[in-house]
Amino acid sequence: MADATGTVQQGEGGKRRDFLELVTWSTVAVGTAAMVWPLIHQMNPSADVLALASTEVDLSKIPEGSAIKVMWRGKPVFVRHRTAEEIAAAEAVPLAELRDPEPDSARVKKPEWLIMVGVCTHLGCIPLGTAAGEPKGEYGGWFCPCHGSHYDTSGRIRKGPAPTNLPVPPYTFLSDTLVRIG
Amino acid sequence: MASDVEPLVLKSPTLRWIEHRLPIIGFGYRHLVAYQTPRNLNYWWNFGSLAGICLMLQIVTGVVLAMHYTPHVAHAFDSVEHIMRDVNWGWLLRYAHANGASMFFLVVYIHIFRGLYYGSYKAPRELLWMLGVVILFLMMATAFMGYVLPWGQMSFWAATVITNLFSAIPLVGESIVTWLWGGFSVDNPTLQRFFSLHYLLPFVIVGVVFLHLVALHTHGSNNPVGIDLTKKDKIPFHPYYTVKDMFGLAVFLLVFAGFVFFAPNVLGHPDNYIPANPLVTPPHIVPEWYFLPFYAILRAITFDIFWIIPAKLGGVIAMFAAVGVLFFLPWLDTSKVRSARYRPIYRIFFWLLVVDCFILGYVGAHPPEGFLVTLGLIATIWYFAHFLIILPILGKLERPLPVPESLSTPVLGRGMAPAPAE
Amino acid sequence: MSRILRSLAALAVAGVLLPTAARAAGEAVPPLRESWPHHGIFGTYDRAALQRGFQVYKEVCSACHGTKYLAFRNLQALGYSEEEVKAIAAEYTVMDGPNDQGEMFERPARPSDRKPSPYPNEQAARAANNGAYPPDLSLIVKARAGGENYIYSLLIGYEEPPAGVTVPDGMYYNKYFPGHFIVMPPILQPDGVTYADGTKATVAQMARDVTQFLAWLAEPKLEERKRTGIKVMLFLIVLTGLLYAYKRRIWADVH
Repeated sequence: MADATGTVQQGEGGKRRDFLELVTWSTVAVGTAAMVWPLIHQMNPSADVLALASTEVDLSKIPEGSAIKVMWRGKPVFVRHRTAEEIAAAEAVPLAELRDPEPDSARVKKPEWLIMVGVCTHLGCIPLGTAAGEPKGEYGGWFCPCHGSHYDTSGRIRKGPAPTNLPVPPYTFLSDTLVRIG
Repeated sequence: MASDVEPLVLKSPTLRWIEHRLPIIGFGYRHLVAYQTPRNLNYWWNFGSLAGICLMLQIVTGVVLAMHYTPHVAHAFDSVEHIMRDVNWGWLLRYAHANGASMFFLVVYIHIFRGLYYGSYKAPRELLWMLGVVILFLMMATAFMGYVLPWGQMSFWAATVITNLFSAIPLVGESIVTWLWGGFSVDNPTLQRFFSLHYLLPFVIVGVVFLHLVALHTHGSNNPVGIDLTKKDKIPFHPYYTVKDMFGLAVFLLVFAGFVFFAPNVLGHPDNYIPANPLVTPPHIVPEWYFLPFYAILRAITFDIFWIIPAKLGGVIAMFAAVGVLFFLPWLDTSKVRSARYRPIYRIFFWLLVVDCFILGYVGAHPPEGFLVTLGLIATIWYFAHFLIILPILGKLERPLPVPESLSTPVLGRGMAPAPAE
Repeated sequence: MSRILRSLAALAVAGVLLPTAARAAGEAVPPLRESWPHHGIFGTYDRAALQRGFQVYKEVCSACHGTKYLAFRNLQALGYSEEEVKAIAAEYTVMDGPNDQGEMFERPARPSDRKPSPYPNEQAARAANNGAYPPDLSLIVKARAGGENYIYSLLIGYEEPPAGVTVPDGMYYNKYFPGHFIVMPPILQPDGVTYADGTKATVAQMARDVTQFLAWLAEPKLEERKRTGIKVMLFLIVLTGLLYAYKRRIWADVH
């Protein structure tokens, strides 16, 4: 009856931590963690969002020298039909000049088609240079208006704050004129 | 009350630094650790903390569901199905929230009847009790608006019927209903405001719960014997009641999980899986089980009262009065003795009231036909008679059994003393 | 412990008695009481029955009834492979667009698409069905009192009307339908479909299969739910035991 008469336990001073106590509180902790997981995981992409993770693009409508933007997973993907000069310019750059060294051949499956996620690797703005008349930056590729990153005709970072090249999404050519992204 | 608690001694200088500026550690210590609690509380006293946990569970699952729900008549039903089918663990979150409402009411009803049985509403706990009644009102409003959100047939028609209650108010009734709706029928503006309020009210409840606890901790818990206890009959809240509440919580979660995982729709109604259709009323609309007794009282008044109050208004008044009468309970019960343990006749009437509420629930669940109409009326009259006639008279006439002076002094002839917790 | 038992009894009364009481309604003959493989604590869906049921739905019911919450990708849960799902999806065309010319266009459905509805809207559905609206079947098993038993009973419940009862034009007599007069014709006929697995397509067989498919469609997470539930219950039983023992220990010096 020591406790009932007013002696207050403080921290570990009162009772020895024994096995039953340890097991009980561990089980409570495990249970709480298991309950928290659904509350966290619900914010991850849901099944319908994951199912939309691929998109098909008809290439026959893109004349040489121009580019389009398509939506893939809620983000723009640049599809550029490169001219022979643009391909040559991209291939001629020595890797040593690049911040994120990557040969052009590693970034395309067919040299005339450059397909990239069009989100600046700096802070997520959409670089200009896809539509006709937009500034293409100092290297003839893309220019991000937010903080002045310049990308070349292979979508590689050449100047400005962006750390890496524009990422290439997974894609496959279903035919000569049809590509599936994702 | 802080005076009968051992002072908190903090060893860590960091904690002392914080405590000196923000005395939150001492607050928690005084109210959750050292807080002096009667040592004879039985398991019916678990339902207060369980209700608090239910409230937290509802808020947590609700906040998370709101991340996926769309409060628009064209999308609400679809978004709920999206939660059920596509959102990770969405089915669990929604079933936990929907069944959690039922569990919350179950726990709170037991909590209320515990208070009724042991006279927990009597001086000096009148305001504690009245704050509890306010919480019940807020819970009802919250649950009702939440039920509308999935925008199924029952949602829509519940919203229509319940908002139409206000049309019974003389002169301004119609204007009030139009104002509630934001239009000329239950429609998108109604759904959106219900969503907003359904999100808001739980936090108002948290506020009132806080006041409820302030009032509770001012004079401490009542106890099964119903007498004011001295310090030697009290024990610190921690570890005794923390561990007891944890055990109660685990048992509660077993019941809760049983519903969520193995019978998630038994407490619901099939019609709410049909999208709302303003052109077709389901053949038999019933509220959720926790509103059934009140629904029976609403329907019991089918006649004009004293030629002044039309039946429609009478039903609405009776329904709200069924909860409202609880506000006056501390003064309607004139007995000096708190616990029903020492009130043999009150004990009988208490159980009759329990039975009466079950009868009202049964009547509320069935179409008002034949015998059930009469039964509903009798049960309604009994309900109000219990509070307005029986309790005031009983307090004067009943001869209570001898009440012990303290837990350690048994009363002659009856083994009522130190009640073990089990 | 008797008080715990009493409180549990109170829970049982409040939880079970009231809702079942709330459900007893309706004028029709009570549905048959069948046993279903997915009922019960350990019940799971019968994949073969689900596939047969999907076939019945696809070849018979889907002419009039939509299933707006059925995405083709969901069919993998019936045991179809990814390729089979793609093939099933490709049988349907869905509206997409607008394209670069601003026009909507049709294309073959993909697994991520939902199954297109047979009618563009409710009015068109009513116009084609004698004024009655063939309800969407996505949730039908959960949306009808009696669930699977009711759907199954309804599908096999067509019969000659009792003497003296005249069935209105364009309607049929069904003993399980509330009011008995139903616009839906007795669409299931013996050998109405040819099952790939050789099961004989009797009316009762098709009704049972399609009912199970619809039960899955209404509650696709049933198996995941019960699996999780069993783990949760076992965990909670252990936790309850531990907390009870721990509680007894803590309270030993008070008692």
